[in-house]
Amino acid sequence: MARVVIFGSLRAFTGGVGEVEIEAKNTRVLLQKLSEQFEGLRETIAAGVSLAIDGEVFKEAWFTPIDEDSEVVVMPLMVGG
Amino acid sequence: MSKQDFKILGTRPIRPDGLDKVTGKAMFGADKSVTGMLHARILRSPHAHAEIVSIDTSKAKALPGVKAVITGADFDELKNRWTGYTSQNCMAQDRALYDGHAVAAVAAISKSIAAAALKLIEVEYNLLPHVTDVDEAMKPGAPVLHVGVKARKLGDEVSGNTVGYYSFGHGDLETGFAEADEVIERSFKTAATHQGYIEPHACLADLGSDGRGELWCSTQGHYNVRLICAEILDIEESQLRVTASEIGGGFGGKTTVFIEPVALMLSRKSGKPVKAVMTRDEVFRASGPTMSSSMDIKIGMSKDGRITAAQAKLRYQGGAFPYQMVMMGAMSAFAAYDLDHVQSEGWDVMTNRPKMISYRAPGAPMAVYAVEAVVDELCQKLELDPIDTRLKNAAREGTKSSYGPTFKAIGLVEALEAAKAHPHYSAPLAENTGRGVSCGFWFNFGGQVSVSMAINADGTVNLIEGNPDIGGSRASISMMAAEALGIPLDRIRTIVGDTASVGFSDVTDGSRVTFAVGIATINAANAAIKEMCKRAAMIWEIDEDAVEWVDGAAQPTGHNAGEFPPMSLAEIAAVSGKTGGPIAGHHEGAPDKAGVSFGVHLVDVEVDPETGFTAVKRYTAFQDVGKAIHPAYVEGQIQGGAVQGIGWALNEEYIYGEDGRLQNPGFLDYRIPVASDLPMIDPVIIEVPNPGHPFGVRGCGETAIVPPLAAVSNGVSRAIGKRMFELPMSPPKILKAIG
Repeated sequence: MARVVIFGSLRAFTGGVGEVEIEAKNTRVLLQKLSEQFEGLRETIAAGVSLAIDGEVFKEAWFTPIDEDSEVVVMPLMVGG
Repeated sequence: MSKQDFKILGTRPIRPDGLDKVTGKAMFGADKSVTGMLHARILRSPHAHAEIVSIDTSKAKALPGVKAVITGADFDELKNRWTGYTSQNCMAQDRALYDGHAVAAVAAISKSIAAAALKLIEVEYNLLPHVTDVDEAMKPGAPVLHVGVKARKLGDEVSGNTVGYYSFGHGDLETGFAEADEVIERSFKTAATHQGYIEPHACLADLGSDGRGELWCSTQGHYNVRLICAEILDIEESQLRVTASEIGGGFGGKTTVFIEPVALMLSRKSGKPVKAVMTRDEVFRASGPTMSSSMDIKIGMSKDGRITAAQAKLRYQGGAFPYQMVMMGAMSAFAAYDLDHVQSEGWDVMTNRPKMISYRAPGAPMAVYAVEAVVDELCQKLELDPIDTRLKNAAREGTKSSYGPTFKAIGLVEALEAAKAHPHYSAPLAENTGRGVSCGFWFNFGGQVSVSMAINADGTVNLIEGNPDIGGSRASISMMAAEALGIPLDRIRTIVGDTASVGFSDVTDGSRVTFAVGIATINAANAAIKEMCKRAAMIWEIDEDAVEWVDGAAQPTGHNAGEFPPMSLAEIAAVSGKTGGPIAGHHEGAPDKAGVSFGVHLVDVEVDPETGFTAVKRYTAFQDVGKAIHPAYVEGQIQGGAVQGIGWALNEEYIYGEDGRLQNPGFLDYRIPVASDLPMIDPVIIEVPNPGHPFGVRGCGETAIVPPLAAVSNGVSRAIGKRMFELPMSPPKILKAIG
């Protein structure tokens, strides 16, 4: 199962949980399961998040594969200039 | 990822946009005109915060030559709240939220008539309390700009203007600070600055009663303009064709719309094309500057220079509407360091100022400024070398970053080592001169992209991309296409297509274009190569898989495949009409893995103790760019970022009076550095290839604006022997610090 790290301020919506293990073949499934597990995250996830999978940052890419031993960091949707 | 050998990448060919720009042939936003067009002018609020009780446009409408007048009443309420805010920023509804907020607009047959008509519009205002300072705006009891948008889970200790809260980090701060030999805690402030693009916002809009429209505008993202305008005007995206003009600077400031929906609405109402061009005054008052900030930084360090704990609290004000940007600062603040105990928090706050928009690495420069200033003060206090200390703490491959992800291959150590070895670092310093050092960081993005490539019968190639060229992308895309196809660069012409010519492309931001469009170009080239190999196989009557592409030509994979002389791209293209028709390649995608970028800047500044004036005497900027496709453009990006950062550090600021009105909306009073102010910025390119790009490319457009604020501040602080905690460090502030 992938290790999912939730960035600090989002932990207010997970009851303080900062890390969870989730079995997901891709980012879409992972985000769906995360929303189901933590209802408070649903709004943020629906608005858009970035994900760092094993150090590589992905922006809204549903079908990016996730390995069983991957580290996935949930981050705010990034913007640039 | 090992370094590759390239034939074209890394060379410095003549820039394709150069001739048109130096001869005046290039068409910028205000350069397009059509017969019968009208001229738009916009009436703007003179108040920081006011209820719009009534607007009487009857006299303006009656003025001969006036063809249309619009107000907020012409714009519908939108379901999408974010587009709704954009619409309300373009034209106020029931309240004017900042000095410069649009309240009405006129289209007339001449500029002078339009200007005269504005004076005939009667607006009755009911003045409301206002707030322009971030700390004041956060306090309970502050005038709240929008009700019901306060960030979730925040308590009564902050006002309803606090629309975002973010925190990042790991470890235990208390443990980390207990391990420190020295702990320094400081507060900082930075002013709001403007991107300072030379070309004001400008557009030409033509929207017919049938719902079909054309829009020409200066923008960093014409697909985004189409998306927003279509929603605001309630038309289908396919019916609005948006063409991006040449762009005279954007730096993030042209990633949204300000006047385009207004011009379209005036065109719809008048039935005529409408041209709108902002004045410089309007650009300052009513486009999007960056945020101002108020920050607290606490860092602990051991005697040998190891950072034991680090904490940042960042409060950014972003103007009159909800926004999300402080997170980028909170994530960037400590990205340069490998830390066991770190936390950064950030709050986004609304005020009665124009709505912020991105400015090159948005959110990062101010946060990194404050952090790097404290790191420098610790180095002074503990008598440590600034670069050695940063090397001791530097993030590298495998470092768990302060914002979460574990870094892949990065080039911070290489940049620091290059800075240490550079003659600049060991050069003697003159009297009243200080040397400043700072690291900087930016994320870089990928995102959606479309590229279409046509192989012409004469052996040349046309390539269409969907991202406005704000920093040399037509050159870099052509070069990557030439490298991938194996043909000379002068065989290729790249253009930026309009929204009806090529598929969707995200905004040109996040230093994404050379990375993302580059990947799409390589994939488009590979698609064309596959087809050309197929055509050669058909001609040779061998299996398609027995043909490979080498040095711009198809050839059999080996003797077993058959003995045929290679067929060049030109030879295959010449007979394409007889072998199946035109040959093309295209790619649409959303590449990620953009690869973060680090920079290190060195600056020598001389401070006149009598006047407080700071002169930049020498400046060297080191930056990991992965692979510099066209080094001259990359150097230009590094130089430009450094110059803008120097301006931010020394001169530039939005100054508001007690009445909430902007005091300096012009380049005379808002002083950006010009060439005669500065020495040549010496850029040093570091190339640690990004494993996420076939050619190793990282974005390079934004990182360079991050280090200068702290580098200059640290230099000034060392020159005068007093630490500086506020930007800009204008002469009066420096004189006050000297005492």
